Amino acid sequence: MIWNVPFITVALLIAIGLYAVMFKRNLIKIAIGITIIESGVNLFLITLGYRKGGVAPIYTNLPSGVTPQQMVLPVPQALTLTSIVIGVAVLALMLSFIMKMYQHNKSLDSHSRRLKG
Amino acid sequence: MIYNEAIPAILIGLPLLAAFITPIINLASRKARNAFVIAVLAIEELLIILLAWHVFTDGIVIYTMGAKNPGIVPLQAAVPIRIVLEIDGMAAFMGLISCTVAMAAGIYSISFIKEGNGKSRYYTLLLIMLAGMLGMEFTGDLFNLFVFLEILSIASCGLIAYRQHADAVEGAFKYLVVSNIAALFVLFAIALFYAQYDLLNIAAIAKVMQYTQLDKIALVLLVAAFAMKCGSVPMHFWAPDSYSTAPAAITAMLVAASQASLYALFRVCFTLYGSLMDYQTIGLAIIIFGLLSMFIGVTMALPQKDIKRLMAYHAISQTGYMLLGVGVGLYLLGSSDFNVYGIKAMEGGIFHIINHAMYKGLLFLTAGAIYYRLGTRNLNEMGGLGHTMKFTSIFFIIGALAIAGIPPFNGFASKLLIYEACYKVSPILSIVAMLVSVLTLASFIKVFHSAFMGPKMHDVKDVKEVPKSMLVGMAVLTFVIIFFGLFPGWVVSHIVHPAVMALVDKTAYINAVMGG
Amino acid sequence: MLETGFGYWDAIAWIVAFIVICIVVYIIRGFGKREHRKEAEEPFFSGVELPDEKVHVKASNIYWGFIESMKGYYDVMKKMHDGIINNYISWFIFIAVLLLIILFAPEVIP
Repeated sequence: MIWNVPFITVALLIAIGLYAVMFKRNLIKIAIGITIIESGVNLFLITLGYRKGGVAPIYTNLPSGVTPQQMVLPVPQALTLTSIVIGVAVLALMLSFIMKMYQHNKSLDSHSRRLKG
Repeated sequence: MIYNEAIPAILIGLPLLAAFITPIINLASRKARNAFVIAVLAIEELLIILLAWHVFTDGIVIYTMGAKNPGIVPLQAAVPIRIVLEIDGMAAFMGLISCTVAMAAGIYSISFIKEGNGKSRYYTLLLIMLAGMLGMEFTGDLFNLFVFLEILSIASCGLIAYRQHADAVEGAFKYLVVSNIAALFVLFAIALFYAQYDLLNIAAIAKVMQYTQLDKIALVLLVAAFAMKCGSVPMHFWAPDSYSTAPAAITAMLVAASQASLYALFRVCFTLYGSLMDYQTIGLAIIIFGLLSMFIGVTMALPQKDIKRLMAYHAISQTGYMLLGVGVGLYLLGSSDFNVYGIKAMEGGIFHIINHAMYKGLLFLTAGAIYYRLGTRNLNEMGGLGHTMKFTSIFFIIGALAIAGIPPFNGFASKLLIYEACYKVSPILSIVAMLVSVLTLASFIKVFHSAFMGPKMHDVKDVKEVPKSMLVGMAVLTFVIIFFGLFPGWVVSHIVHPAVMALVDKTAYINAVMGG
Repeated sequence: MLETGFGYWDAIAWIVAFIVICIVVYIIRGFGKREHRKEAEEPFFSGVELPDEKVHVKASNIYWGFIESMKGYYDVMKKMHDGIINNYISWFIFIAVLLLIILFAPEVIP
């Protein structure tokens, strides 16, 4: 049961993020919402990669008490790292767009848009 | 011939490398930079033709990144390690589209984008966009697909906002939000696959796919995300916003970028799941997406005043044809009718992808030519451009006739395939498709009338023909349109049919990686 | 030549036929009375005489009737295309949930 806590957190994070993106009118809050969804997905990936009693496969000479079978293939960690890097780039770009939009519209409200119809 | 097995990697690597060399060359000379970018794009076009030729004659090409012998996949513990590029007929077909559109857009941009204001960075992003598209199309690895999807959308957003108008920034922001959420859904679906199968390779997952509950959820996430990225109604709202505000050459690239997402959608439906899933349900869903896209897209295009927004709605409507054609194929998958007209419907849908990329790219470029001279996208302020911009109006007529499906242009050939094959499934599908075609013609008559016809307007009297490089960019696409229009039979049997068969033949795709 | 499954489409043949028809039309036109062409004035068919001043119908006025007659539809569409980013995402989530329901419905409802 306790092992499900990370997955419940993932669901909560994604739900909170989606709520923010769907219902918050402030553009910065939308950006925050997207970051929260991203954290949820990253947490999901990293939780999948957890193995109880596993060690990182970084040894040339194994320390005593560690068997090769305990080593964990670090693919989910690599995926998460990539995803975090992409997330930073997206967040930076998004915030700079929001800044530009604020300069033009003098408003952070998603309802004060120019393009419609 | 001069084919080399490293070509798939070079195709993705070369634009990435060239992207960051471009600003350095820019320090020396602007002319040299332009020549360099065009040379890179031309080499890409040449390489993709070589690769496509190889794929269409010899079958699937594999490239394993970083392997000693990249033509073979190292199977350790029966699991393919390393990132594998897998180019089958469909991927090569999409690569042809991306490279051709990128070349036309690159040539067009030489004079279209004014100097200063970071034009070298413009080319950097354009090349990265090309690399992103090719990466999405060639990769045989799901996570790699996600990475290239993000590279593509970040580069596109940077380019949409290139002019930094209030509109442009807003369009870019909307595209970024939408595509990032779609990409996160894709990543979640990839995580679901990894949780079950410990695999990321598309072929390997397809081989062991069980179609469990989690796989169903992943299917929904992938279909919804890629359907949104390709702009199908009712998830199309971002498309007119970002298409209309981007510089015209970039809009043509965005069309190709949306089609890369369309490719990913088809790849997921046919290769990853194939006949395992409820293909009738998903096929029906895609058909409904297609019908809605066609109809709502074209009816929303009719009252538009902004020339590029109007064309963007047409892009949505034309995407509907592709979804309809391929959706019919998916719906019939496995039934005995599939070989009779399912294949034909898919040929129509896939053929329409390349046709659409060419004529819609051309139309956006002509809209850009008008914007270049008048500085407005508002149709109400245009008139009488045909007196002075003769070549542009000829290109526009060709593009408009092709999109409306008037013989003998290429749009007619693909639409004919779709009409006839869909008629067998349900006449209603064909009727809607034809009605949409009529409305398409009607709205392009409106554009032609209000922009090119009429007396010389007073305020646009000093409107000259656009510079040569823009004309060359448009001419490249026009040439392809006319060629495809005159020889549709050759194109379908040599390019489109292999692509369709590659999409349908799931086992060949799996065996190319997993062996036997 | 493109085989469509039911018939054939050949653009070259179509163009040849098109040109042949054009020539035939031109020949038939040649049978007409020659003196008619010499008449200075254009024949008047219907409508009103066009004024000489330059007129150009603006884009917004084209298809006014079509859009006016479909007003109910376009009002709904305008409401849908409101340009608010929150609603874009809401539609996306709505469609994803709808697909999920459709896909899982056969299992829940036997």
